[in-house]
Amino acid sequence: MTDLSKEIPEQGAGQGPDGADGPAPEPLLKVTGLVKHFPITKGVLKRKVGAVQAVDGLTFDVRPGETLGVVGESGCGKSTMGRLITRLLEPTGGKVEFEGRDITHLSTGAMRPMRRDVQMIFQDPYGSLNPRHTIGGIVGTPFKLQGIQPEGGVKKEVQRLLELVGLSPEHYNRYPHEFSGGQRQRIGIARALALNPKLVVADEPVSALDVSIQAQVVNLLDDLQKELGLTYVIIAHDLSVIRHVSDRIAVMYLGKIVELADRTSLYESPKHPYTKALLSAVPVPDPSRRGGKSDRILLKGDVPSPIKPPSGCRFHTRCWKATEVCRTTEPPLIQLAPGHQAACHHPENVPDQSAQTAAVTGGASEAGTTK
Amino acid sequence: MSDVQKPDTEKATTGTGAAAGSAGADEKFLSVRDLRIHFDTDDGLVKSVDGVSFDLKAGQTLGIVGESGSGKSVTSLGIMGLHNSERARISGEIWLDGEELIGAGTERVRKLRGQKMAMIFQDPLSALHPYYSIGAQIVEAYRVHNAVDKKTAKKRAVEMLDRVGIPEPARRYDDYPHQFSGGMRQRAMIAMALVNNPQLLIADEPTTALDVTVQAQILDLIRDLQKEFHSAVVIITHDLGVVAEIADELLVMYAGRCIERGSAEKVFYRPQHPYTWGLLGSMPRIDREQTDRLVPVKGTPPSLINVPSGCAFHPRCPYADVPKDNITRTERPELRQITDGHFSACHMTPAERERIWTEEIAPKL
Ligand SMILES: Nc1ncnc2c1ncn2[C@@H]1O[C@H](COP(=O)(O)OP(=O)(O)OP(=O)(O)O)[C@@H](O)[C@H]1O
Ligand SMILES: Nc1ncnc2c1ncn2[C@@H]1O[C@H](COP(=O)(O)OP(=O)(O)O)[C@@H](O)[C@H]1O
Ligand code: SF4
Ligand code: SF4
Ligand SMILES: [Mg+2]
Ligand SMILES: [Mg+2]
Repeated sequence: MTDLSKEIPEQGAGQGPDGADGPAPEPLLKVTGLVKHFPITKGVLKRKVGAVQAVDGLTFDVRPGETLGVVGESGCGKSTMGRLITRLLEPTGGKVEFEGRDITHLSTGAMRPMRRDVQMIFQDPYGSLNPRHTIGGIVGTPFKLQGIQPEGGVKKEVQRLLELVGLSPEHYNRYPHEFSGGQRQRIGIARALALNPKLVVADEPVSALDVSIQAQVVNLLDDLQKELGLTYVIIAHDLSVIRHVSDRIAVMYLGKIVELADRTSLYESPKHPYTKALLSAVPVPDPSRRGGKSDRILLKGDVPSPIKPPSGCRFHTRCWKATEVCRTTEPPLIQLAPGHQAACHHPENVPDQSAQTAAVTGGASEAGTTK
Repeated sequence: MSDVQKPDTEKATTGTGAAAGSAGADEKFLSVRDLRIHFDTDDGLVKSVDGVSFDLKAGQTLGIVGESGSGKSVTSLGIMGLHNSERARISGEIWLDGEELIGAGTERVRKLRGQKMAMIFQDPLSALHPYYSIGAQIVEAYRVHNAVDKKTAKKRAVEMLDRVGIPEPARRYDDYPHQFSGGMRQRAMIAMALVNNPQLLIADEPTTALDVTVQAQILDLIRDLQKEFHSAVVIITHDLGVVAEIADELLVMYAGRCIERGSAEKVFYRPQHPYTWGLLGSMPRIDREQTDRLVPVKGTPPSLINVPSGCAFHPRCPYADVPKDNITRTERPELRQITDGHFSACHMTPAERERIWTEEIAPKL
């Protein structure tokens, strides 16, 4: 389905290096039908009684130099997706290709060289740094793991990295507890950059930080991308942050991508009702809107369990537009406008899709309705 | 205090009994004067709250904002009388409906808590006991303050669960906290806090752990309940978007101090303190044109043990050199009124602030 997107000229919205003319470049990362189910077992025999369908069929590309933002509510599978594409988790199904090479099931050994190219930054600046190691030790770990001796020695290189992320080289011998949350996040970023990666997957890199510090780290990520030509996948639940940092954005709901679009297109003209509801729920720092329930879409209830996701469109239990076809037939993620895909039978801002989408899926009920 | 309340029929109950000069609906219901809460620790004296004052009327919402560690939670726990008196040194005055609480005995404050004032926390699991059913806990909270039989209390609990939007409340009554989702637990805690129709509700980061769609539901709920019961609400958050949604008045804290206070409109549209400018510049805004770059506040939040001299914000303030004679570094700025009901603690003159605001800050926001 995503192949459609190849015919679409680049949308000028992002400042990615590929914004110029010519065909879209080869994706750096290509993900097709990615699935991760965590088995639920019971009793001493570990009998399998079900599965958490954390990620259930994701298809998307990440283009060189761009930032792909991934948003969605808690538990929708963002972190699982991040850990799958960095191969910290083994996929249950689907395919992950990096620079054209299938890395879906590479062994740990075969993955090692690849690890240099793909790095991850974690949400929790407290838990992700070993409290007993010095900053120098932490940032220098990747060299040790990869058996690499940088020019001028590890210490010099680590100090260069510390400066790069706005810390002082003198911090080399200090310990994580001596640093604030924002500084710790910088340490995590320095470590991720040690091996000169091509792709950095950042899982909620600023969620744990105060707004003033969050802005420092957002700007730092931005500077580093420009300076080092990095490609980012940034996972976050904050739609204001995601809009600021991303060129393109994937919206996830219960293990699926429900909408994937250029930033401007997504925020100005969301197609999926869930995206529309999410955007309308963002609190805006403008008191003139106070109490104005007018344009706010209040969704009913909570996100259903990924153990037993709803049939058809997974959003139908909370969607105000749901019809019979939504309950029975899963809408495929299809192109509804240039650079804009959504999975919905009755999308916003474009003609109704129920006839077409039902035809595409041929009414076949997809996996994930029972078990 | 009347012992038995009739929640169904009550609207804005005004206190009766003990307190002389009980506040009417238009007067200050909560009045905090020069509140200081310091803790003795091995590392030194932590000045978590260091001179905070504000007033709040019934039916109004005050938002307290500030970075983590700025003293928001310590302030709210102080009002609720929840600090350990052995460890916390508390001074100043807290007037609730005409009654001073810091000087009042712990027994008296305990009586008021859960009845006249109630609190909801960021983490509902800290307020809900894992071994008792949701219903039993709400019943308990009700019966502590109301001499009613179990059946009446249960009816009341189911009613509250219904009121906060728990589907099938009679059936969910017997559920345990772990059987509820995060949003439902937050609702259950709100039900428990409101079961006695408190006239003051303090909500400390009530939606921080929630997803935006659930956050919108909870803010809506708090707003509706407040309208219905005409209570005073203090909402504590680090999210300026959340306060803009719900607060009438705003108090900005920095390093245990109030650095700006005023109506939400004034503080958002005409902020009068460089730290408030910094907060507004730091946040990406979904309601505005995309900006290229955020404007962060440089540096890191201060230690509350060695609070910077003079203006606590001076090491991070881009305008620290504007006021004359280096006064910013030596003298603590007092909270001064700028326009009616709008206060700021900054040494700059109104003219200096006005120039910087119009030339440098406003164009970038
Ligand atoms: N190791 C695991 N075993 C079983 N279930 C898991 C495991 N890891 C994640 N899950 C489940 O998979 C689903 C997706 O989890 P994931 O951590 O990817 O969500 P998320 O979108 O990152 O959420 P958040 O915003 O809260 O970080 C959740 O239901 C989660 O409980
Ligand atoms: N019981 C305590 N003993 C010592 N220090 C405390 C105690 N409670 C809070 N503090 C300190 O007081 C400061 C303000 O804390 P708090 O009010 O929780 O901040 P926030 O604004 O994030 O709610 C912090 O530096 C915190 O570490
Ligand atoms: S497919 Fe149906 S239920 Fe799903 S989002 Fe679209 S309208 Fe709503
Ligand atoms: S008093 Fe000085 S340091 Fe403090 S906010 Fe005003 S200008 Fe900045
Ligand atoms: Mg996550
Ligand atoms: Mg707090």
